[in-house]
Amino acid sequence: MQVTAMDVYRLLPKTNCGKCDESSCMAFATKLIEKELTLDDCPQLSGDERQKLEDLLAPAVREITFGPEKNQVVVGGDEVLYRFELTYYNPTALVVDLPDDLPSEEIRKRASDIMNLKFERTGEELTLDAIALRNKSGSPEKFAEAAGTLAELNFPVVLCTFDPEAMRAALEVLGDQRPLMYAATKDNLQEMADLSISYGCPLVLFSPGDLEEMKNLTRRLRAMGLTEIILDPGTFTGEGIGDTIDNFVMIRRLAVEERDEDFRFPIMGIPALSRLSGGDPVEDNIKEATVAATLMNRYADILILGGTDIWELMPILTLRQGLYTDPRKPQTVDPGIYEFGDVDENSPVILTTNFSLTYYTVEGDLKAGDVTAYLLVLDTEGRAVDVSLAGGQLTGTAVADLIKDSGIEDRVKDRVLIIPGLAAPASGEIEDDTGWKVLVGPRDSSGIPDYLEKLASE
Amino acid sequence: MDKLTELLKLLQNTESIEINEFRIDVDELELYLMPVVQQAIQKTVEVREAVEALPEEEFEPPVKTYPGEVAQVKLGEGTRKPVYLGGQKALYRFEEPQPNPPVVTFDVFDIPMPGLPRPIREHFSDVMEDPGDWARKAVKEYGANMVTIHLIGTGPKVMDKSPREAANDIEEVLQAVDVPLVIGGSGDPEKDPLVLEKAAEAAEGERCLLASANLDLDYRKVARAALDHNHAVLSWAITDVNMQKTLNRYLMKEGLSREDIVMDPTTCALGYGIEFSIDVITRTRLAALKGDADLQMPMSSGTTNAWGSREAWMKKDEWGPTDYRGPLWEIVTGLTMMLSGVDIFMMLHPTSVRLLREIGETFTREYMTTETPDLREWITELEY
Repeated sequence: MQVTAMDVYRLLPKTNCGKCDESSCMAFATKLIEKELTLDDCPQLSGDERQKLEDLLAPAVREITFGPEKNQVVVGGDEVLYRFELTYYNPTALVVDLPDDLPSEEIRKRASDIMNLKFERTGEELTLDAIALRNKSGSPEKFAEAAGTLAELNFPVVLCTFDPEAMRAALEVLGDQRPLMYAATKDNLQEMADLSISYGCPLVLFSPGDLEEMKNLTRRLRAMGLTEIILDPGTFTGEGIGDTIDNFVMIRRLAVEERDEDFRFPIMGIPALSRLSGGDPVEDNIKEATVAATLMNRYADILILGGTDIWELMPILTLRQGLYTDPRKPQTVDPGIYEFGDVDENSPVILTTNFSLTYYTVEGDLKAGDVTAYLLVLDTEGRAVDVSLAGGQLTGTAVADLIKDSGIEDRVKDRVLIIPGLAAPASGEIEDDTGWKVLVGPRDSSGIPDYLEKLASE
Repeated sequence: MDKLTELLKLLQNTESIEINEFRIDVDELELYLMPVVQQAIQKTVEVREAVEALPEEEFEPPVKTYPGEVAQVKLGEGTRKPVYLGGQKALYRFEEPQPNPPVVTFDVFDIPMPGLPRPIREHFSDVMEDPGDWARKAVKEYGANMVTIHLIGTGPKVMDKSPREAANDIEEVLQAVDVPLVIGGSGDPEKDPLVLEKAAEAAEGERCLLASANLDLDYRKVARAALDHNHAVLSWAITDVNMQKTLNRYLMKEGLSREDIVMDPTTCALGYGIEFSIDVITRTRLAALKGDADLQMPMSSGTTNAWGSREAWMKKDEWGPTDYRGPLWEIVTGLTMMLSGVDIFMMLHPTSVRLLREIGETFTREYMTTETPDLREWITELEY
């Protein structure tokens, strides 16, 4: 069911006018398929053709947006089952649970902790996306009051209640910030659908463990005119995780491979439910993170978590960063010389590879340690030190070429190169091919500042 | 949207009771509110009736059939309790549950390994002087399905133990436990084939997994040792499907069959290129099920690599305790590999092993045969 560039080309003006900055309409069609350009880049499209193209180019999984205008969360939009086929779009939104039965001071404090949480990796700030306000109290008034507290923050919210009265009360306060409504079920379908339409907010459909029921309910919602739907097939944890995985996979397979209109929607998972039978807080955190990682690997577009401990969230945020990198683009930085501190002709020269993760790790350590040095970055086609050593990109000749081409020899007096500890097996070869003296540095770049200090004192 | 449609839409979704009440004052209303209202009411009723009249549809699980299947590899014979790897005929459980659950093998070393992270040393510090005791503890206390004995001490730059001494260590571990063994070298391409040869001889008839054969060393010698003494071979390639195919073909040319080979496509740790491993492992499993006979073997993951990540071991207060970070990093790394298709995991920490196995066990069960909790009231019930 994959749409081809030819399918798109047929609907384009075929004038090759070049106003999209592409050489031909065919080239433009290819860029459209790869999502590098949009229909807005073609000034000649109108009416019918444009509508047809929009339908054709709509992703297998619909894209759903929620949250206040200046701070929106976008979920879904995927086209493929496996990331190597293209890429996964719109990273899984991570939402943190917040019960409404807390005093408003506490709600404000927790909300601000969630909004401020960040974990920095490879030059990127990894953060959380939204708050799930949960109607734990069962009271519509409490729910609306808590929603009012959150409304001041202009941060995306998921409103969680099965009671249409409570939902209406909260929407009256927060409805103009486009919260995500959780959830319609077979018992409240009509009421929730009505609220979704009148407030213009997307709606989650909750149908735990029953995809047949889910299919029939989605069809009803669609017949009522709803298009912005997210599916929650139930997050069973513990021994039930196998069924949860099966349900997630079936939904996504039907969307991508069969374009089944009832399932072309983002999927929500709730790892926080692993805490239903919980006890020990550390064990609960570990279990929740495990469920989160499982579902993120299995197509979850949005997850609700209970934990906010950084050690629990680090692996989840890191997995998301990895899964959603574009496999078509190598993760690299430019090879060459990078300067740290006030370098001069006596500054040490350190070698690393151009895999962006490797580079940013080293960069972070050099900066943290206030190091003054040249960093020589070798083009290993985006491979880490050990991998490029095994793969034959990190070799004596490659390093010799880098030394010549970069012009480092004009910048320093000594001919001494500090190589990563993991590259130790190649030290002899590098020495032979470069004519430089090679020192084997620490295995982890966090050891560089101490290593250089020791070196200087010798 | 024009005003009329907007109004229609608005009315269509107003609660029907209110509309019906308005209709009681028929004359007055119709005079003031134009025919649009009538249309809207009618339309709302029509939509509702149409929605209610929608016939129930059956759900058809999207099950596929696959021309190929993964070979089943048996490890452990003689005095070992056997363990089976692979044998999948489908990609997902709802299509056909896999015949064997994923297996975890605990890492054990022939030297005390001072470099192991503290959260692991904590569990094994009393037995690290003796590989036999170490293996026994892994099996008895932590329920290991298998044990991997890494002969790190044979490394020329480590302790340069002779192949003969390595064979003695193997014998000791074989005595200590009755689970199948993975036998690993030190990573020295010159010496590993010699060490594995002697170790294979010492473990004659026990069907161990020799780790590993790769293109940088004399893989023929490793294959020969396996054939001569009835062991299986770990075929290790570096995140490269084509390299893996080539190596497997070479090994099969030496006389090994698919039932004698386990592949290690390389596990890059979480945060350190795990996405490359995901892609390669996924592609490898898909190729196997599509019928590529060079890739129809079970897969292994050196999940222990996760402990090399600084997020797992580095002391840093703002990241929280390493006691929790380390095992969790190992779990998420292993879990991700498991979901991509890996069958056997080399791991270090008891908590990681337990959690990974709990999820893996579900892979052999039929869809919707497990009792699941009622989640319908979770919003008010969830407490922590």
